[in-house]
Amino acid sequence: MKPGKKSIGAIWVVAVLGSLYLVQYQVTAQTPQMQNSRRDPGTAITGLTQDFPDRPQASQDVIDRGKTTFAVSCAFCHGSDAKGGEVGPNLLRSAVVLEDKNGELIAPIVHGGRAQQGMPRVDLTDAQIGDVAAWLHHFNATGKTVMYHDEINILTGNAKAGETCFQKTCASCHSATGDLAGIGARIAIPKTLQQTWLLPGGEGNGTGKYSAATLGLHIPPVTVTVTLANGKKITGDLVSVSDFYVGLTTEAGGPQGFRRDGDIPKVEIHDPLAPHRELLQKLNDKEIHDVTAYLVTLK
Amino acid sequence: MTTRIRNLVFILSMVGAPMLTLAQGADPAQGLDPAQILNPPPDEWLTYSGDYSGRRYSPLTQLNQSNVKNLSLAWATRVVVGTEGPVGTPPVIVGGTEQGLDARYPVTIKGAILQFAGILYVTSPDNAWALDARDGHEIWHYYWKTKGGTHTGNRGVGIWHNWAYIETADNYLVCLNARTGKERWHKEIASFDLQYFSSMSPIVIGNHLLVGTGDDMDEPGMLQSYDPDTGDLQWRFYTVPMKKGEPGAETWTNVDAASHGGGNVWAPGSYDPETHLYIFGTGNPSPAYTSQTRGPGDNLYTCSLLAVNVDTGKLAWWFQTSPHDTHDYDSAQTPVLFDGEFNGKPRKLVSTLARNGFFFTLDRVTGEHLVTSKISDAVNWDMGIDKRGEPVRDPAKDYDIGGALVSPSGLGVTNWTPQSYDPVSKLFYVHIAETYTMRYLGTLDPRGAMGLTGVPGVDMGSRGNRLAAVDYKTGKIVWNHRYPGVGGIDIRGDYPGLLTTAGRLLFAADPIGNLVAHDPLNGKPLWHTKIHTTSAPETYMLDGHQYILVGAGDTVYSFVLN
Repeated sequence: MKPGKKSIGAIWVVAVLGSLYLVQYQVTAQTPQMQNSRRDPGTAITGLTQDFPDRPQASQDVIDRGKTTFAVSCAFCHGSDAKGGEVGPNLLRSAVVLEDKNGELIAPIVHGGRAQQGMPRVDLTDAQIGDVAAWLHHFNATGKTVMYHDEINILTGNAKAGETCFQKTCASCHSATGDLAGIGARIAIPKTLQQTWLLPGGEGNGTGKYSAATLGLHIPPVTVTVTLANGKKITGDLVSVSDFYVGLTTEAGGPQGFRRDGDIPKVEIHDPLAPHRELLQKLNDKEIHDVTAYLVTLK
Repeated sequence: MTTRIRNLVFILSMVGAPMLTLAQGADPAQGLDPAQILNPPPDEWLTYSGDYSGRRYSPLTQLNQSNVKNLSLAWATRVVVGTEGPVGTPPVIVGGTEQGLDARYPVTIKGAILQFAGILYVTSPDNAWALDARDGHEIWHYYWKTKGGTHTGNRGVGIWHNWAYIETADNYLVCLNARTGKERWHKEIASFDLQYFSSMSPIVIGNHLLVGTGDDMDEPGMLQSYDPDTGDLQWRFYTVPMKKGEPGAETWTNVDAASHGGGNVWAPGSYDPETHLYIFGTGNPSPAYTSQTRGPGDNLYTCSLLAVNVDTGKLAWWFQTSPHDTHDYDSAQTPVLFDGEFNGKPRKLVSTLARNGFFFTLDRVTGEHLVTSKISDAVNWDMGIDKRGEPVRDPAKDYDIGGALVSPSGLGVTNWTPQSYDPVSKLFYVHIAETYTMRYLGTLDPRGAMGLTGVPGVDMGSRGNRLAAVDYKTGKIVWNHRYPGVGGIDIRGDYPGLLTTAGRLLFAADPIGNLVAHDPLNGKPLWHTKIHTTSAPETYMLDGHQYILVGAGDTVYSFVLN
C-alpha cells in the first residue's frame, strides 16, 4: 500500500529510531536468546554478573607502573595500547597473557624464551614484568562488548545528489517544506536521522533519551481489517497474526481476537511503512548517504 | 518418482515400521552399543539428529496426514534449574569445580532430547535431566555449578553404552551414569581463560566422542575426539593453521593472525559411515568484522564445510561457504547427508543452507562442488559466485563510515538450527528470514578490534519470513510458505528447527510459537499447537504409539494420537 499525502503527515511526525548510541550491548556469534523463551521471574543468575568475570584488579599504582614500563620497553613493537604494532602481535588476545595470572607465564618470554620466533630478550626484572602483567590484565579483554563512537561523522553523502534522489524516491509522500521541514534540526544526530528516515521506529528502537516515546514522536501502527463470514468488517491496530489467529485492538471494542482457518475470515494488513521497507531493497548505499546529507540541510 | 511409486513406498513403509519396532526394543541395562546408531531403530532418538545423516527424517507413518488432526498432549514436564528440584523429584546430583557457582542461568531447552530405552535425556546449560518417556516424570537431575562462560544454549547429551555425556559452558566434558545421573568423571576440553565456551551435543561415533567449542574472542576453532571410557584426548583438529607452512596458512597475514582466526565448531556435524567422514561446519573468522589484520586471503578453514576422518582426525576435503567472511556469518549449521540423483546419476550428496544466504550441494565423498544458489534476492553482501562455486564478498558491504546496508543481518538467512531433507518428496526444507542491518564503523582503530567488536550493526528488521522447500539439484525454491507477520509484529530471526516424516508431515515452528505440521509438498498447515517451542521436534515409537516430542522454554511436551 502506498500511503497518501494526508496520512503521511501524521506518520512523519518523526519517529526516531533509535540509536543505540552510547549504549553498550552484548553480541554473540551464536543465536541470541530465542524470542519466545520464557523466563521464570523467580530465577536469577546468582553470583555471576557476566559470562566471563572480570579479572581481579591490581592497585592503581601497580597498574600505572606497569603502563610506564610497557611504554618504555614494549610499546615500540606491540603498540602503546598493547593491541599490536607493525612487528609485535596484539597482546590482549594472546593465550600467554590470557592464561597468565601475575606475570609468571610472561616472564620467561621476556627473558628470551621466544628469541628464535623473533621476540627479543628484554631487560626487565620479574617485579617489573609483574607490573606490566597487572596493566595488561586490567583491560579485561573481550570480543563481545561493543561501544559506539559518536565522534565518527557518518556524513559522507552528497546533498545535491541526495535532493535529486529525494525528489524521485520520497517526494510522492514527503515534502521538504511540509512534514520534513526542519528535520535536520529536529533530529540533530546524523546517524539517528539516517536510521529514522530509512525505517521510522524500526527494530533498532533506542531507549532512554533516544526513544520515540521520550521524543514524543508518533509512529503509525500497522492496522488490519478482518472481514467476518457475515460480511462485517472490523478494523484496528494489529497485535498479532499467524496462520491460525489474528489479534487486533479497535478504538471502540478494545482487544479482539479471531481464529483463522485458511483464508477465513479474510485478513487484510495495512503496513504504513511498507514503502520504507521496500527502500531497503531499492536504494544503494550511496543513495542512502546522499539523502541523509540532504535531509541534514533541512534545518 | 511417479505418484504411484511414491504411494507404494508410503504403504510399504507403513507396513515395515511396526515390525522394526518389535524387533529392536532396547534393554536399558544393556546400554547403547554405538553400532546401533548406525542403524537407528525408529523407536528411539539416539543422537543429535536422530541418526547420523542430519536429514531429520523419520520413516514412521502411524502419524500421518489423515490423522494428524488428532495429535494431542500425552504429558508436559517442566524442568527446574538449581540444587533443589520440585516436590516429588529425586535429590539433585550436584557437580562442578571448586570455582563453580550456583548461578542458575534460566532454563531454555534448545537442543536435542535423546530417547534411549524409554528414557529421555534433556539438557539446558549446566543441567541434564532424565525423564521417563512414558509419563515425563523425572528420574534424575544433574546440575553443574559453573564458573561462567557464554550460556547461549546446550545442544543435548551423547550416549555411549551406559554413559551419558554433556558439555558445560565453562568447558568441561562430563560423563554421567545414564541410569542414575551420578558423575563418573569430568575433563577440561578448552580454556576458560581464553574465553572458550561449550554448548555442543557430544557426538558418539564408535569409540570416539566428538566435542566442539565456541569462542567469541580470537581463539582458534577445534574439533576434538575423546575416549568415551577414559576421557583421554584421542586427537584434536584445529580449523585454522596453528604453525607456519600448514595448509591454508597462505590465506592469512601470518601465523599469529591464523591462530587467532576463529572458525569455531559449535554445532554437531553429520557422519558418513561408508567413508568414516565426519562432515561439519565452522564458524566465523575472527576478528569478525574488521578483517584488516587477517590479510586479504580466504582465511581457511573458517565458514567452511569440512570432512574429517574420525579415525585419524585428518582433513579429507573442504569447501568454503563464505571466503573471508566479514559479517559473522558462521557456517556451523549441521550439514545434511543423503543419496540422490544428480544429472541422471545416483550420487552421495551433502547439502546445506548457510547463514550467509547461499545453498550448496556437494559430493560428500570427494567434496566436489555441484550446486550453489542464492536463496533470497534480499542477500546483498556478495558480488556473485566464483568458479569454485563459492560466493565472492563485496568489500563495500563490510561496513561503511556512512553505513552499509547489509542483508542478511548477523542472525543470517537461517541460523544453526536443524534443516531437513525428505527422501520421498526429494525436497530440502529450511526457514528463511530476509533481515537487514546497517553496518557502521564503530571504532577509529580497527587494528585492535577483537572478536565481534568494531562494526556494530543497527538492525533494520525483516522484509518477511518463510518456510521453504528447496530442490537440492538446482538450489531453487519449489514452494514458499510465507508467515503473515509484518514489521516488528510476529517476525523472528531464528527458528528452532525442522522434522520430516514418512507420514508425509513436515513439522516446523512459526514465528509466534506454534508447532505446526505442514504438508511437505506444498507447505499447507495441517495441525498446530501454540506452546512456544525452542527446540527442534523429534519423533519415535514407544509401546506401539508414535510420539512427537519438543522442548518449549523450560518444558518438555510429548504428543501422541489419543
